[in-house]
Formats: sequence, structure tokens, C-alpha cells
Amino acid sequence: MIMLEKRPQPSRGWTFATPVVAVVLTMVFGGLLFAALGQDPLVTIRTIFLDPLFSEFAWFYRPQLLIKGAPLVLIAIGLSFGFRAGIWNIGAEGQYTVGAICGAAVGLAFYPMESFFIFPLMIVAGALGGLLWAMIPGVLRVKFGTNEILVSLMLVYVAEQLLASMALGALRNPEGMGFPGSRNLAQYPSASSWINQSAGMHWGVVMALIAVIFAYIALSRHIFGFNVRLSGQSPRAARFAGVNPAKLILICMGISGALAGLAGLFEVAGPAGQVSIDFNVGYGFTAIIVAFLGRLHPVGILLAGGLMALTYIGGEIAQSNLGLPIAAIQILQGMLLFFLLAVDVLTNYRMVFARRERT
Amino acid sequence: MTEPLLRLRGLTKAYPGVVANQDVSFDIGHGEVHALLGENGAGKSTLVKTIYGLVKPDSGTMALDGAPFHPAEPRAARAAGVAMVFQHFSLFDAMNVAENIALGMENPPPQAAIAAQVRHVSDQYGLPLDPDRIVGELSAGERQRVEIIRCLLQDPKLLIMDEPTSVLTPQEVEILFETLRKLSSEGTAILYISHKLEEIRALCDTATVLRLGKVVGTCDPRATSARDMAELMVGSALHVPAKEDKPVGETVLALAHLSAKAPHRFGTPLRDITLEVRKGEVLGIGGVAGNGQDELVAALSGEMKTARSMIHYKGAPVGHLAPNARRKIGILAAPEERMGHAAAPDMSLTENAILTAMTRERLTTKGFLHWGKARKFAESVIAAFDVRTPGPQNAARSLSGGNLQKFVIGREIMQAPEVLVVNQPTWGVDASAAAAIRQALLDLAAKGAAVIVISQDLDELMEISDRFAALNEGRLSAPRPAAGLTVEEIGLMLGGAHDMEVAHVDA
Repeated sequence: MIMLEKRPQPSRGWTFATPVVAVVLTMVFGGLLFAALGQDPLVTIRTIFLDPLFSEFAWFYRPQLLIKGAPLVLIAIGLSFGFRAGIWNIGAEGQYTVGAICGAAVGLAFYPMESFFIFPLMIVAGALGGLLWAMIPGVLRVKFGTNEILVSLMLVYVAEQLLASMALGALRNPEGMGFPGSRNLAQYPSASSWINQSAGMHWGVVMALIAVIFAYIALSRHIFGFNVRLSGQSPRAARFAGVNPAKLILICMGISGALAGLAGLFEVAGPAGQVSIDFNVGYGFTAIIVAFLGRLHPVGILLAGGLMALTYIGGEIAQSNLGLPIAAIQILQGMLLFFLLAVDVLTNYRMVFARRERT
Repeated sequence: MTEPLLRLRGLTKAYPGVVANQDVSFDIGHGEVHALLGENGAGKSTLVKTIYGLVKPDSGTMALDGAPFHPAEPRAARAAGVAMVFQHFSLFDAMNVAENIALGMENPPPQAAIAAQVRHVSDQYGLPLDPDRIVGELSAGERQRVEIIRCLLQDPKLLIMDEPTSVLTPQEVEILFETLRKLSSEGTAILYISHKLEEIRALCDTATVLRLGKVVGTCDPRATSARDMAELMVGSALHVPAKEDKPVGETVLALAHLSAKAPHRFGTPLRDITLEVRKGEVLGIGGVAGNGQDELVAALSGEMKTARSMIHYKGAPVGHLAPNARRKIGILAAPEERMGHAAAPDMSLTENAILTAMTRERLTTKGFLHWGKARKFAESVIAAFDVRTPGPQNAARSLSGGNLQKFVIGREIMQAPEVLVVNQPTWGVDASAAAAIRQALLDLAAKGAAVIVISQDLDELMEISDRFAALNEGRLSAPRPAAGLTVEEIGLMLGGAHDMEVAHVDA
């Protein structure tokens, strides 16, 4: 019988190996799935994982990697603080949406004025919007002990209604001939987040890299990161070490909300361009997978964000070239998280083959 | 005596990486009170679990009344006449005594019949217990009586008791011993597991000493000194902490009418605690667990805040200060629970050093950690307190309980506190490590610190305290000089025997 035996301490080797093993297992079982759908598994896997980088059209897909990856990394970095501390903000999608609305609203308020301070103001508004939206579950948890998972998740749907109302009402383009959706911020130079559109570079990419560096320093070198890790592992020990749990909850919710709001702002002012009913496409939820796939480690999150963006783009190629249903791609992404969590057991436990014994 | 009740021959049980029992052989006679002695990890638990059918030995034989005895499960052991009272009770709080006892039976008779049996047995053995009371309302001593009566109803030939006195006051211990002596006089053999040597000397006829899974000796505890038995247990000469007379200085810490609500549902409120601790003295606080020890430590460490004026340190009110502010001025604490409270199990020893030493050892600048300095501090604790570990990069959970405790206590002492509060400093720690920890606490006091030791181990408190006070249901008795206190006086300070009476020997 196979038994799991707890390791005296977490295996360093497995900490790094589990994401790789999870990716390989996902490819194997994804391949079986595609074979069952009547596709050549090798071709499908190549299309999804390699074509975006190395095919003859890679010049078109590579910038897409930055565009898809940046919001995922930015949001996941924010979430990783809370997840490490045991604070489960599941509603980044809502904070992302509200951040986009607030940031876009500031930009649209100045239209058509051109000035250098408009974009920085939009950044502040986007971050604040996400932060305040995240403070709702944070404050409710601290004051009344409500469950932040449920509250933050439900606020996603509230945010979606708010988005629809904004796209149809207050922020609708007055020159849009009645169509829903705001003016296009990407075509408003003072409010655009593009740096180089053909290379896929926008300020969100820059911000994501800055966030990775800051998170790395905070987690490995600063007492704040230490307290975050301590609170997640041993809440009582954290209290003994002098951590104020309520304050930590609010700070972690604030960081994740602000970064999700920023991601929303950069998206609405660049790749998406406008506040529209279908503006949010699930980055906030996918970022949860990215955060765990990256072991809640900043560098890991950067790599995981790239991998996740790859499956998005590869999935689109597979849809158009091979006629794969989008659900199959989503199953593949789900598998990735599933295998990661399953293989993760090996970091803290080792498998032993033992004869059955009554204890 | 011709045929012993239980004969063990060559019992061996190995777990991956450790031999728990190796070639263990001894006999228990009818009506004999047999002590099983040994340090933590000596293999006592594995051995009794083997006898009770919870563990299957790799080799060796057992015989009960001359017949081969190999229980496959506890039910078979109980059917053969072996009963066991575990250290941790298996009772349901929400049910009454009779219902709890019925739950442990194969074919329980009606409630009324059980209640009558309980009354009969409790009367016979001087263990007053009302079968209709809800278990959740009983004291620890009363809960133990439920477990004992549950066993006695099976009319056992052999009763195994695992560390039964750890939750009892001295008076309750005396009553338990009367009960056990009466049982033994009626022919029931008792296998008594403990590391409290004085108890064993008072109660037992024979003692078998285990060390590292092997029998290292058998002795008559009444004719052997506690010191000799301890050395047999440890395998080397035992270092007894030396307490020197020293002048006691001015008051550093004063509690005035300290009251606090229970922090959670199962906590104990603190009630009007008044206390002064002076420089250079060790104040021992005794009491059965769950009488406010955790709450008192939390109030002193700053985890639980109180009104400003309830705690004074060197004349200034500090009741409102957070843990790190208190550390800064010199008040340090080590809580009882090592894993998850005093230390974070999955973090390295270096990180665990940062946990409390960050402020006093200046391990941060503007919030940025000095990893090198933290590692050096962890290494110095490891070296000074003989913590057995490959190095400070190892996770706290990889250390044995005693080693981690040495690290936790050492971490606080190395920060040169002016007031140190420790809760159960030697709980679950082997004898030699415990002696080292006690010595370190005495040395700290000798250097002029005020030390408050909270413990359930009265022997320990008598050994190192200058003054002694008892905590009972959140109230603290007035401290008295420890020298000259008798066991009876301590027992009364601890709240007496909870209205128990001694077994009617004539019944």
C-alpha cells in the first residue's frame, strides 16, 4: 500500500519540481483529452504551447503574451500577499473592474484636454478604486467576522452590474450613436497606457515588473513579508510576535485590491480601450491559478503568468486552426491547477511503500 | 506466586527509523502495582499499546494467566480482562456520565441499570460521581473518575493507567492512590505509567525502567531513592539545579487587580490578580491546566491587552502595550505551546529567532531584516543551550520537543530580559534537558532578572521557586515563601480536592 509520510521539513527540490511536473502531467492528460476529441494530441499540444512562441506567425503572437500576461502577473502578485497570510481574496475580478471604471472615469472627465498629469491621476484613481472595493470585504471581516471569500466573490457580480450601468449610462460615449461603451481611451493620447502598441508594451507591463521586484524584496528582506508568511503559517505565533491580525488583513486586502485596480486601469486605457459591458474577461479569476502555479513566489508568478498567457493565446490558435471548443482549453487550464495542487503534496510528504498494518 | 498474571517475553516493535521496543520482558503478578518508568520516547506508550491490542509486536510473546495472549484489537484485550485509562480522555462533553459509559460497552444495559452500577462502584471505591451529570461540567479529576469507573465496570484483571496524576491536585492524587490500593488488595493488577518518581515510590510494588526501548533495570521503588531511579531512567548522573542564596532586589513587575474576560469560549477569565515580582527572584505559579495559565501569560506578554494600570513595570503602567513594545523595555515571555505559538513549525530556526528577538537584538533596520545577524543569533542560542540540530536553517518542526523547548527558552534568555515569564518550561521534555532549562532559569534570576515560572509540575516549582502562588479558576492565591511549604498546604492553595473523600477501606 502506498502511504504518505510527513517530511521533517519541506523538500526544496520538490518545491521547484512540482510546477514542472504539473505542466508535464497537464500536457499528457490534455493530450488524452484532445485525442478523445478526435485531434492529434501532439499537434494540439504543439499548437497550444509552442506555436505562439516559435511558429511563423510568432511575430504576431509574442506581443500578445505581454498583453495577456501583464494583468495576470500584476493581480497575482497582489493576491499572493493575502494568500500567504491566509486571507482569501477571491474577488480580484471585481476590484479589477472597479479600478478600470474609476480610472477610466477620471480620464474621460478630462477629455479632450491634453496634459501630462491626466494619466498619473488615472493611475491613482484606478488603484484607489480597486483598493476601496477590496476594503469592503476587508472591513466587514475585521469588524464583524464575515467570510472574505464569500463577500469578495459576491462583490464581483455587483461590480459587473456597475460596469454594465456605466457602459450604458454615465460613461457612455456621447458621440457613440447610442451604442453601449465609453470613448476609446487608447485613442486619447493623454489617457492611453500604450508605450509601443506593436510590441505589446504598455505601462501595465512595466508596472507588473516593478510589482514583481517590490514583492520579492518585501517577502524576502522586509519584516512585513516575514509577518505575512508567519501569519499564514502560525496565526498564534504571529500574534505572539506582535502582528496585529486586523491590520494585516486590511493591508493585504488593500494591496491585492490596489494592484487589481491598476491592472484594470491599464487594460481599459490600452488593450481594451473602452469601458464596455463585456470588459472583464476573467483575469481576476485566472490570476488565482497564476498565483498558486507560481508558488506564491514573485519570480514564480512571473513565469506562471507567462505560461498562462501562453495557453490563452495557444488556445485561441487551436480554436481557429484546429476547431477545438473553448471549453477544452478551459479544462486544460483547470487541469494545470488541479495537478499542481495534487503534486504539491510531495513537497511536504514523501511516498513510502509499506505493508498494510493495523494501527 | 507461581504463575504471574501477565508475562511479557522478548517484545520487539520497530517503526521506520526507530526501535520503540527491543526485547522487552517482565512479569506482572496478581494484585501487583507495577510501575513503568522512562523518559519521553523510551517506549512506554508503545509497550502498553501492545498489551492493549492497539499495536502488533514484530516479535515476542505475551501470556495472560498462563494462556497465550495476542489481542488483535482493544476489544479482545478488554474481553480478556485488560482495561486502560488513557492520559487524554475520550468522553463526549454534551452527554451525561451514564451515557458516556454506555457508549464504551458492547451491549449496554438500560440507562437506569448503568446508573445504578456507577453509583455502586463509585461508592465502593470512594469515587463520588453522579451518573446524571453532564460531562462538560465536570472537573478534570472527575472526568478521570468517569474513565476509571468505565474500566472498573468491566471487572478487569489488569488496569493500565497512563500518567494519571498530571491533571490532579495533591489531594486528588491521594484519593486516587487509595482507590488503586484498594483495587490491588482485591487482586487487580495495575500497570502504572509515570515519570513522577515520588508518586511511584508511594504507590508501586515494583518498577521496570525503560530506556531507548530496552529494559534497563527493575527495582523496588520503596527501597530505591528517586535520584537513583532518575539516573537509571536517564542513563547518566543527573544534574540537579543548584539554587544559591542571593539578595532579592526591588519590585520590577507589579500586577494590581488584574482582571480580564476569557478570550474565547473555552478560556478562563482572570479574576483580580495582585502580585509583585522582585529582581532576582523566581516566582512559581502552580495550578492544574486550564485555570487561567494561558490567559495570564497572554496578559503579561501583551497578546491580550488590559487596562493600563493593571500592570506596572518599574513603576510605569504597561497594561496597554503591545508585545514588541514590552520586549523593548525588557518583559519577555515563552508560552506553553511550542509548535504554532512560541515557534512557527514550518519556519527555520533563524526565522524563529526573528520571531521574538527582532526588537531587542536589533535584527531589523527600518523594517529590513538582517539575515546574517539573525542567523548568528540563532546559532548562539543553539550553541549556548545545546540544541541538537544540524543548523539554524532547519525547520522548527524537525526538532524534538525537548530540543525545540531549549531553543524557545534559550531565545528569550539570550535576549537578557529583565522579566521573563515562562509557561510549562519543561512540559514533555526529557529529564536532562529539563534540568538544563531549570538551571538556565535560575542563572537568569541570579543575574538579577525577575522570573515567573508557571507550571503544573509541583516538584519543579519547589525546586526552583523562591516564592509560590497557586492559580485556581483565574484567581491567584497570595504568594508564600516556597521553602517549608508542605504538599498539603500546596494542595489547599490549589483549590483542595474538589470535595472528594478518601476510599472507604472497609466497604
